[in-house]
Amino acid sequence: MKATVHVFLKPGVLDVQGKAVENALHGLGWPSVKEARVGRVIEFDLDATDAEAAKAEVKAMCEKLLANTVIESYRIDIA
Amino acid sequence: MRTVLQARAMKAAVVVFPGSNCDRDCKVAIERSAGARVEMVWHQETALPDDLDLIVLPGGFSYGDYLRCGAMAAQSPVMKEVVTAANNGVAVVGICNGFQVLTEVGLLPGALLRNAGLKYVCKPVGLDIVNGQTRFTAGYGEQRQAVMTVGNGEGNYFADEETLDRLEGEGQVVFRYQENPNGSARNIAGIVNKGGNVLGLMPHPDRAFDADLGSEDGAVLFRSIFQSA
Repeated sequence: MKATVHVFLKPGVLDVQGKAVENALHGLGWPSVKEARVGRVIEFDLDATDAEAAKAEVKAMCEKLLANTVIESYRIDIA
Repeated sequence: MRTVLQARAMKAAVVVFPGSNCDRDCKVAIERSAGARVEMVWHQETALPDDLDLIVLPGGFSYGDYLRCGAMAAQSPVMKEVVTAANNGVAVVGICNGFQVLTEVGLLPGALLRNAGLKYVCKPVGLDIVNGQTRFTAGYGEQRQAVMTVGNGEGNYFADEETLDRLEGEGQVVFRYQENPNGSARNIAGIVNKGGNVLGLMPHPDRAFDADLGSEDGAVLFRSIFQSA
């Protein structure tokens, strides 16, 4: 199975990269852009057949390493 | 008892991660300011030297700052030993990247975010010594201000309001920036853990141990640790 983990700074945590990207897009002529956030995507294959079990395993990985839950939230997709 | 303690040579370990670049600075700074013996410990080690008075996690870019600053280093084999030693009361100082590692491994609360101004900031900064009663700052005596250099891109201290209130209430905020260089919450430059034996700070005492470097204020911090050991 393929796991995709999206990690973003939590709402309320200043995302200076997102702000910089947003400002750059404004400068390039897209003033309608709002609330740009920059995150990270981590993909990997997982030797598993049960999606729920795989998700639980990936959640443990997120808590242990992939995300810093003091400042980041994550979303897991299993396919 | 006292004389026995004083007779024993003070001993420190500096942990070296791949990408550490202030490890040698730390060694020289500790040797020259406190006269202690310093051993370098590679991050793959599964044991620390015996009878340590101090463990230093140095500045740099451990593991190339991959994933998050300090995240990979926090998973290094040696960090298990560092956590055990810290829980046993050994003094631990994390400087800059070392501070990031300490938050990632959970020895200190909060996290270090990208600097609010997005830029890497490298300059001497004025610090207020907020808590002069810790084993890291007792040596400053009546001195309530210090100058050390910061050099970081992600030194913006973050913690939720409740944690910040608790840190302030318990005297765990040790250093504050006089002029905030990176957006740190409540101008925090350095904090200690509840037990008072783990210090994390973004400014570099290892770059401030000799007048020729512009400041000797960092030397006081290292001396203070061994005086209280």
